[in-house]
Amino acid sequence: MSGLTKRFKWLATPYLLWSVGFTVIPLIVIVRYALTDDTGAFTLSNITAIADPIHARAFLFSLEIALGCTLICILLAYPLVMAFRRLRLSRGKFMMFVLILPMWMNFILRLLAWQMLLSSNGIINNLLMRLGLSPLKIANTWAAVMIGVVYEYLPFVVLPIYNAVMDIDKGVIEAAKDLGAGSMRTFWRVIFPLSMPGLKSGITMVFVPSMTSFVIADLLGGGKLQLIGNVIEQEFTHSMNWHLGSGLSVALMVFVLASMALTVKSENNVEEDRKNWEES
Amino acid sequence: MRHTIKPSKTLPAAALLAFALALTGCGGGSSENKEASEKRSLTVFNYSEYLDPDVLDAFTEETGIGIKYEEALTPEDMYTKYKSGAIGYDVLCTADYMVKRLISEDEVQKIDLDSFENAGNIGERYWDMAKAFDPDNTYAVPHFWGTLGILYNTTMVDEPVDSWGVLFDGSCAGNIIMQNSERDTFMLALKYLGYSLNTDSEDEIREAQELLMNQEDDVQAWLVDEARDEVVAGNAAMAVVYSGEAYLGHQYNEDLEYVIPKEGSEIWIDSWVVTKDCADKDAAQQFLDYLCREDVAKKNFEYIYYSTPNEAVIDSLDEEDRSNEAMVPSDKATENCEVCTQIDPEVTALYNQLWKELKAN
Repeated sequence: MSGLTKRFKWLATPYLLWSVGFTVIPLIVIVRYALTDDTGAFTLSNITAIADPIHARAFLFSLEIALGCTLICILLAYPLVMAFRRLRLSRGKFMMFVLILPMWMNFILRLLAWQMLLSSNGIINNLLMRLGLSPLKIANTWAAVMIGVVYEYLPFVVLPIYNAVMDIDKGVIEAAKDLGAGSMRTFWRVIFPLSMPGLKSGITMVFVPSMTSFVIADLLGGGKLQLIGNVIEQEFTHSMNWHLGSGLSVALMVFVLASMALTVKSENNVEEDRKNWEES
Repeated sequence: MRHTIKPSKTLPAAALLAFALALTGCGGGSSENKEASEKRSLTVFNYSEYLDPDVLDAFTEETGIGIKYEEALTPEDMYTKYKSGAIGYDVLCTADYMVKRLISEDEVQKIDLDSFENAGNIGERYWDMAKAFDPDNTYAVPHFWGTLGILYNTTMVDEPVDSWGVLFDGSCAGNIIMQNSERDTFMLALKYLGYSLNTDSEDEIREAQELLMNQEDDVQAWLVDEARDEVVAGNAAMAVVYSGEAYLGHQYNEDLEYVIPKEGSEIWIDSWVVTKDCADKDAAQQFLDYLCREDVAKKNFEYIYYSTPNEAVIDSLDEEDRSNEAMVPSDKATENCEVCTQIDPEVTALYNQLWKELKAN
């Protein structure tokens, strides 16, 4: 086996080159920019600038969006997955396919469609008015951005949870039922704990991107809402202050890494729990 | 950004590209496109959708000089990409104040206008305007020009709009689209307050910011390309747009009118310059000369319908178009207007800071 591994190691070379060239080196460059000022002298001010009221505000707003998005996605995902589980396998797969289908379309295009739906003379408001209801003011608000991120990231939560739930041995659930657990109890005591690994990876796949994205806020927020990603983008393309832009990126990266570390740590705990649970 | 006819949604992509360029540009891998070949070529840098692509192919066909075409979205974006040095641009088209900045930073080289056959097609009026940023007309060749004004839906306002005040007095709260552009936004606020848009007085600029801060709640959105479309669609009563957008706006929706507010506004001129690193200056001049040629300028004009400084083209228009203020603004309409030439780094930094505060508000 180890001989085989060795023999095929070279297969990883393209990826290695790719990641060095397009991840490691750029990261080093960013960190270097972050730790220097215009004159090239060492400084931490670009990183501590995250505490500046303007940046802190954008950061907190990003955090709000990310937490809200993650929570809503989870709340939507579980009922969906449970429903899929009850369907016959082939139909469940088909429903999954339908869920993933939009992801094959261009991301920007889908956001533009949301613009159309939500704008004040848009499709949704037209429908509401025809039904005699008062039009909503969603376009270019916080709510529009939230709708955008939830829409965008929902499949990334549903998929891992679906996989985790489908992996649960039927016998375990049947056993729970045999022992007199109702469906709520079965869900909370058996299915939910066993789906934890899927939930964790769902959270990491959604929390981080929804926190750092800026395109959605740009297109659906009407340029009125600034996420930390928007601030960073502006520093690079508009203000030409790459040092500050890099500093803010690094601060954000540190935060993200810290929160990932926490998630991974608790994921290990879950694994242990699961082992203990299975052993007992 | 005074271009785009079709609503191109390239902002995020452009931003990503800039970011990628930023990364590669300083990763030690900057490559200059200097092919030591007999085949001549030019790298042209322009705003997106700011000329008819057919014109480029035709140039190569006529002269054998190949064109590598690159696009950017805003003058700042362009400057960032240019400065990163990742791509060696030969010719670029950018905004008045950015031309001035490039001249002051010695980034561009003089053009020998006497070698041009078609420079005479550009009217005196426009060469004079360009003197605001290129005092001897030695660096820049005007491409398109126009004004900044308000495009509004006559059915959604009580009386005709004639002042920037309509944006600030709350009468159209929630129905206003602003240009998501730092310079233009501050300039119109300064004009409304009766100051020069080229002011370097911090107090005046801060006063403008305060005005804009108070307006924040009344603004429906800050847009660039979509600004016109939102008014066309009736999603907003008015938008701050460049005059070039007004002509097509009116074509799409008859109720739309464009006005240069009475307090005055900005005259903008986007011009071509040749960068200091351009190795084949002769080819660059040939290209710029070609762009001044009547048939070429006309093609570009008909591609985007922005105001052209090319009088040969203007003369070829029919009477109705020629008297269309959105297409050929008269001297009277631009009476109180100024060309933006403010490039003082301190003022620029102040604008950047105040803009950030405004957007975070």
